[in-house]
Amino acid sequence: MLRVGFEIHQQLDTRKLFCNCSSELCDSYGMSVRRQLRAARSELGEVDRAALQEERRARWYEYQVPPRSACLVELDEEPPHEVNMEAVEIALQVALLLNAQPVDEIHFMRKIVVDGSNTSGFQRTAVVALDGYIDTASGRVGIATVCLEEEAARKVAENAETVTYRLDRLGIPLIEISTTPDITSPGQAREVAQKIGEVLRATGRVKRGIGTIRQDINVSIEGGARVEIKGVQELSLIPKIIEQEVKRQRWLIQVSEELKSRGVAAEELRTEAVEVSGVFTSTRSKLVAGALERGEVVAALRLPGFAGLLGGERGLRLGAELAQHVRIKSGLGGIFHSDELPAYGISREEVEKVRAVLGAGERDAFVLLVGEKSRVQVAAEAVVERARQAIYGVPEETRAALEDGTTRYMRPLPGAARMYPETDIPPVGVSPALLARLKAELPELYEQKVLRFVRSYGLSRELAEQVVRRADAELFEQAVALGAEPKLVASTLTSTLTELRRDGCDVEQLSRERLMEVFSAVAEGRITKESLPEVLQALCSPEVELEQVLEKLGGRVSEEQIAELAREVIASRAELVRERGEAAAKPLMGVMMSRLGGRAEGRVVMRVLTEELRRFLEG
Amino acid sequence: MYRGKAAELLAGIPAGARVRVCRRGRCYEGILMPRSELGDDRHVVIKLDSGYNIGVEVSDASVEMLEPPRVPSAAEAVQRGGAGRVVSILGTGGTIASRVDYATGAVHPVYTAGELLAAYPELAELAELRAKVVFSILSENMTPEHWRKLALEVAEELNSGAEGVVVTHGTDTMSFTASALAFMLKGLTKPVVLVGAQRSSDRPSSDAYLNLRSAIMVALSDLAEVVVVMHANLSDGLCAVHRATKVRKMHSTRRDAFRSINAHPLGYVGGRVELSEERRRRSRGEVVADTRLEERVALFKAYPGVSPELLEYCVDRCRGIVIEGTGMGHVPESLHPAIARALEEGVAVVMTTTTLNGRVDMKVYSSGRKLLSMGVIPGEDMLPEVAYVKLMHVLAVAEGMQEVRRLMLTSLAGEITPRTLPEVF
Repeated sequence: MLRVGFEIHQQLDTRKLFCNCSSELCDSYGMSVRRQLRAARSELGEVDRAALQEERRARWYEYQVPPRSACLVELDEEPPHEVNMEAVEIALQVALLLNAQPVDEIHFMRKIVVDGSNTSGFQRTAVVALDGYIDTASGRVGIATVCLEEEAARKVAENAETVTYRLDRLGIPLIEISTTPDITSPGQAREVAQKIGEVLRATGRVKRGIGTIRQDINVSIEGGARVEIKGVQELSLIPKIIEQEVKRQRWLIQVSEELKSRGVAAEELRTEAVEVSGVFTSTRSKLVAGALERGEVVAALRLPGFAGLLGGERGLRLGAELAQHVRIKSGLGGIFHSDELPAYGISREEVEKVRAVLGAGERDAFVLLVGEKSRVQVAAEAVVERARQAIYGVPEETRAALEDGTTRYMRPLPGAARMYPETDIPPVGVSPALLARLKAELPELYEQKVLRFVRSYGLSRELAEQVVRRADAELFEQAVALGAEPKLVASTLTSTLTELRRDGCDVEQLSRERLMEVFSAVAEGRITKESLPEVLQALCSPEVELEQVLEKLGGRVSEEQIAELAREVIASRAELVRERGEAAAKPLMGVMMSRLGGRAEGRVVMRVLTEELRRFLEG
Repeated sequence: MYRGKAAELLAGIPAGARVRVCRRGRCYEGILMPRSELGDDRHVVIKLDSGYNIGVEVSDASVEMLEPPRVPSAAEAVQRGGAGRVVSILGTGGTIASRVDYATGAVHPVYTAGELLAAYPELAELAELRAKVVFSILSENMTPEHWRKLALEVAEELNSGAEGVVVTHGTDTMSFTASALAFMLKGLTKPVVLVGAQRSSDRPSSDAYLNLRSAIMVALSDLAEVVVVMHANLSDGLCAVHRATKVRKMHSTRRDAFRSINAHPLGYVGGRVELSEERRRRSRGEVVADTRLEERVALFKAYPGVSPELLEYCVDRCRGIVIEGTGMGHVPESLHPAIARALEEGVAVVMTTTTLNGRVDMKVYSSGRKLLSMGVIPGEDMLPEVAYVKLMHVLAVAEGMQEVRRLMLTSLAGEITPRTLPEVF
């Protein structure tokens, strides 16, 4: 049976969680510092396995410091300031909207993460609420926890020795919502992600855009294991990733059964790699030759009983799994396995020689590890560790989502041992008074708001959805309250602004204040529906004032003047009018509107033009 | 620890026990955590199986113990071995030897020096390490009595075969202790290295490891001085070696808080130790700890609006006063009578400057000249804290004010630099 759970991470649009830095991402930076991290023991005396894995690599971390968005707190050179209460309140609101029970007292923890993405070596995180739920078409899904935590630093570069991060993203408040593993189909998973996304956006306080919301998916199947897939940014990828992971776990179960039926035992797998550099002294493989020239080595490792199990289709290749473990644990890039050889310039003779050196029989596979001697031994241990897991089935692990829906190994699943209390931050009490206020201020959810916009303002469902999803719904309601026509305001905030942007206008200049000024003029009848786009276009230039634009467009044309223009236009196209009768109104309307240049309402012009046409045809 | 209502609810269930706490129809299972003394008595803290802690309000709550506490894993053995050269590590407490303390909820020095080495086994590759805890206090609680005890311990270690001594110390008052050791250890032939950490050693990002490793390397180097070894910048690659009498903690939190003032650092430790030619080199011979200190010395800061009565109080109680004067060594005229009385009554008065950087010069303005003529001793480019510790030692060993003056104006442990280079500021 398929069991899927989610973790959704959403950045909040406030200052940082534990300092006063802006949460904007920066294109440039000032100074940078280089650091190393070590795993520490937890308060229970345990060291986390995920943390240990990172520490074994002994990498350097370089941190770029953009002055606007990072200070001594991000650099771990000053203790965290008091928690940002605005972020706490948003997290509590989200918890309430998800029917979760806030805790009585919030305790921030240090979750040990020594991949360098946090300068301190831990991420500060706290449970804000527990035991919520959301309803989907195919049943209720539990919300296990709502957490408030700090976002990690942004990785900007990586090589075998150094990972470079920028500190602008570190410390942005992040809400983490974890569902229980109640989701039973890829489609339901997508619905859950969408619904939670709507709750988050309803607060109006979350960041939007690429990277500001990320989904981690936990997948397990009968006989498989819990696998956490991190960093899914596209909602549409969710079903595909789940299907692919189910396929991968089924395949691993088959591999395990096959290995067991061949009688392969874990103890047979030995971590001692044999150096075979001598076999490759005149190799045609550029990768191997280059490595040997640099003084690196080629080592071979026998995998007894694994012949034929290392290749296969993309996403389902044991060879690829081995290579991913090797890369993560040792930083080694060069690994080949016997199921794919001879290839890549490695000849049949070389393969045979390696087999001979290893004493590998037909049922055995082997891997070649190419790189610095010190890394090769760590790599050999990584290969054996993963190969042993293959005998038992699906290993519990954290994997990274790739764009094509497949995944790549990242690290073992972190355990509870990586949690320490964050003693620099006092517990935050959640008082009944605070909860009462937050309950009274709860934002309207997406569906409620759409229905209200349809009902109260006469918008079509489609337009209402667009306003709620894509535009500033609050601005819409304020403009309508001034007396502007709802449909006009709605279409302006959705399609007109989009068209202007597409035409190259700097719509960023149309601030809330400027738009309200315009809608106020619309309500007073000083701007017509037709001239509205032109007014907005003019206002995209920051130096232009609304009054100037209105003056330039001229005042509203009287009905008498419209009638006069209509008579003139009809007379000049008398032949067309006689030929087509009242149907001539359509082509003439275009002429009229262009002559009036937006100084009159279209429906008024149409009415006057039709009257004049009738009069002309009758007379 | 739990008290009040929370203690009543728990009825003796010990921290570390697995419990179920229920309140208003909701139950939480997990490990009962100790509560910070600063926390209120209305919540109990539970560590959930996910590792997260939460606080549960005690009113209307019930609690049940499911399992007694697990016995914590025993502390690991002290690491020994290395290259046959012995370095002694003397623990005094502080952040470098600290971890989370659940009684206060804060970082506290409860680590022994041996446990510290257990946490960093690679250090044993550098030397045979001999660890000993002399005391375990926060450095703000350090007193002259602690300096004396430490000086005796250091001398004993050096005289019984150690190549050098590393003293782990809280950073707040490390420079005072360093100065005290520099003045008290006579005939020093080996390095004495004070080291600390600005980020506690229970954090992955702690500066403790690099500082400690660098300190051990300096303790093995060709040096015969008391020094402070700490991060040289915000990165983790380089430590600076500061002369004990020229160093000061100049930042409350940064890992590169320690700076040499009015001097360049004595050296740096990257992949290896590089020391300036100006250092005193390692030689042979016994070190003697002369632990005499006159404790009746005050450090007095001059500032606009300072009350003369404060200084009068010091004059009544002290045998020596170090003044941090403004600029080149001035004080408000309102303090002059108290200073004059001090000097008449045989209280030594030494002038230093609040600017820290630069030398006092009391000949330039008449107010300075007046103080000089009263008998105030100009403290050259000595740091105020260093002059304070030195005056304690000098008053205890010198006979008569003339001798006190002579010793205060003589560089005993590199505390006065005869020339100041422009790049040091």
